[in-house]
Amino acid sequence: MAAKKTSTAFEYAPAPESRAIVDIKPSYGLFVNGEFVDGHGKSFKTISPSTEEVLAEIAEADEADVDNAVKAARRAYTRVWGRMPGSERAKYLFRIARIIQERGRELAVLESIDNGKPIKETRDVDIPIVAAHFFYYAGWADKLEYSGYGSTPLGVAGQVIPWNFPLLMLAWKIAPALACGNTVVLKPAETTPLTALLFAEICQQADLPPGVVNIITGAGATGQALVGHPDVDKVAFTGSTAVGKAIAKAVAGSHKKVTLELGGKAANIVFDDAPLDQAVEGIVNGIFFNQGHVCCAGSRLLVQESVADDVLARLKRRMATLRVGDPLDKNTDIGAINSAEQLAKIRELSDIGEAEGAGRWSPPCELPKHGFWFPPTVFTNVTQAHRIAREEIFGPVLSVLTFRTPAEAVEKANNTPYGLSAGVWTDKGSRILHMANKLRAGVVWANTFNKFDPTSPFGGYKESGYGREGGRHGLAAYLKGGVEQ
Amino acid sequence: MSPTARVDVRKTYKLYVGGQFPRSESGHSYVVDDARGKFVANAALASRKDARDAVQAARAAFGGWSGKTAYNRSQILYRVAEVMEDRRPQFVEALRQSEGLTPTQAGKALDTSIDRLVWYAGWADKITQVTGNANPVAGPFFNISTPEPTGVVAVVAPQQSSLLGLISVVAPVVVTGNTAIVLASPERPLPAVTFSEVLATSDMPGGVVNILTGKLSNTAPTLAAHMDVNGLDLTGYAGDAEQSRLLEEAAADNLKRVLRAPDTEPDWSLDPGLERMTTFLETKTVWHPIGV
Repeated sequence: MAAKKTSTAFEYAPAPESRAIVDIKPSYGLFVNGEFVDGHGKSFKTISPSTEEVLAEIAEADEADVDNAVKAARRAYTRVWGRMPGSERAKYLFRIARIIQERGRELAVLESIDNGKPIKETRDVDIPIVAAHFFYYAGWADKLEYSGYGSTPLGVAGQVIPWNFPLLMLAWKIAPALACGNTVVLKPAETTPLTALLFAEICQQADLPPGVVNIITGAGATGQALVGHPDVDKVAFTGSTAVGKAIAKAVAGSHKKVTLELGGKAANIVFDDAPLDQAVEGIVNGIFFNQGHVCCAGSRLLVQESVADDVLARLKRRMATLRVGDPLDKNTDIGAINSAEQLAKIRELSDIGEAEGAGRWSPPCELPKHGFWFPPTVFTNVTQAHRIAREEIFGPVLSVLTFRTPAEAVEKANNTPYGLSAGVWTDKGSRILHMANKLRAGVVWANTFNKFDPTSPFGGYKESGYGREGGRHGLAAYLKGGVEQ
Repeated sequence: MSPTARVDVRKTYKLYVGGQFPRSESGHSYVVDDARGKFVANAALASRKDARDAVQAARAAFGGWSGKTAYNRSQILYRVAEVMEDRRPQFVEALRQSEGLTPTQAGKALDTSIDRLVWYAGWADKITQVTGNANPVAGPFFNISTPEPTGVVAVVAPQQSSLLGLISVVAPVVVTGNTAIVLASPERPLPAVTFSEVLATSDMPGGVVNILTGKLSNTAPTLAAHMDVNGLDLTGYAGDAEQSRLLEEAAADNLKRVLRAPDTEPDWSLDPGLERMTTFLETKTVWHPIGV
């Protein structure tokens, strides 16, 4: 007799985070010399990628605006910030860290609206690490002579950041620069300027001297003008490898010091003795965290042949539980793709994956009608030659390859021009250390993935860029005695 | 000259690639004069193909060299210093020829060169401790950052200081585990060739240091643009801002780590510092959870 089927599936009620905490103005100017000013250029719109609703008009900085910002930063450097004792600079940074904590929920909601990422992540990952980053580097400001890099700042830093972790990337750039006594001109990404502009307000609340932090908004041309400005001593960029190479060319022959944190195509390697359920959680976190908009995403799963079917079955089962939708819903796992342009790129590469013969699978999931969405996707039977195994997709798309021996895993993992991160899953300690030695990547996560901390240096080998952000090593990028490594 | 006087046996000055001493594959050579303009030798004129072959040799040697223990690399560099000391008269002669030094000056330059090599030899098993550290992350994780060699590095050696300058740019690159293609001073290549003969007889595996003589315009652009070269030291272009800019631009195509050319050739008698090592190191950070 067949048992009576009882449904045990729980339905989730909507659990939206309130938007009431944020106050988005209809338009924003540039933050130069401690004040919001109108730009000379045109303006552009920033939208919510989950609804396509226009959030605000943003000033686009032209060359003259960039020049004003650099001048303000230079003045602040020579007259105030470069001369201030480290112990006093530290207190401003501690203030900023505290205000970020106080206004943490507001920042989390605003970041989620402007970027499309789930509130769960902005609230529990992005914003807490932003505050921690300022806290960490605040403490360095009066201890630089113990860092091994001296205590002499470079001057004015021009910083250009991406849209995937807008405020976190701002913190990675501004906190060490200021701690070392430099002043900054920072350009947030075109599609995600709002939290950087709210950060400008936080600088005002902290009474940070005018010109120490300048925020200029705009697109590629604005960034180019900033990087190329002759009075910039330091260029820090996080973004695509193509733009990184263009910057490396642009600064050739100058005395500018450069840090580049670029693309990746990380291998996440699962051995047959790994704790498979934990490994599956790591795979999911590796590629679906932040919609896969992560330069260090574990976008290539290398799984040992003997457990490949088992891992894949467990992975698909787990993927079917991922909730895609409203970024402000506290139960959402995967939010919106950041822009129409990025969505088009993910679609294009995924279609190429299918056309080149890889097997495509996504769990059944209903995507919202408006906004930019892409379901979590896995490709099986992928080979090294496939474009989806070689190119950074920067979306929730995982390519699965298999291997038999540790040597084959190393060979495949390193067979890429990138070298940002890698993952290893195995129960055997000696194998972890062997793999960690052999993998040509700046960060190796063993039996974990996508972990970040202000004390831990981050950055790549090969075409993933140079220089490190975070930790003691991160100071090297902003001091005269430091060499990028 | 008396018909019974002994005729000396002169040396052929060749390239040093992959532990071998080939002539240039191009068959080309060029005249090297001494400091007074007197003919000394026809040295090999390395071609673009020689540069590519050298990259291949350096890449092949990288795994073995970087995989050796630091203690072992340290001993090998020290052994190079030993063999140099053993060949003092030969180096003194080479320095007198190439730089026009007096015997006393040449001896002093040689002393400093050998001492510099010994200094760098000692760094092999210390640089990790000085540039790496544990990171106290806010969570139950073991987390450590250590330096690793960048890979294959092309080094344009100084133009003036043909031995001390050469040692001062080569030793810091290879002591940490990188392998190198070295472009010797075109005007003063002979001490570099003699140095390659020391390398060949001092336990240094073939391919770790490859030395090319000839015109920089033949080889430097090839190496700067080569996609399997990871680092570029432009010290030999000191004072040539235009050329070094062009080479740095070419190096951007695969984001080589570049040590820019200084305005003038450095004073090689000064304390070298760490920059020549750290420029060609990568920091690797490894995480692992802590639990029972």
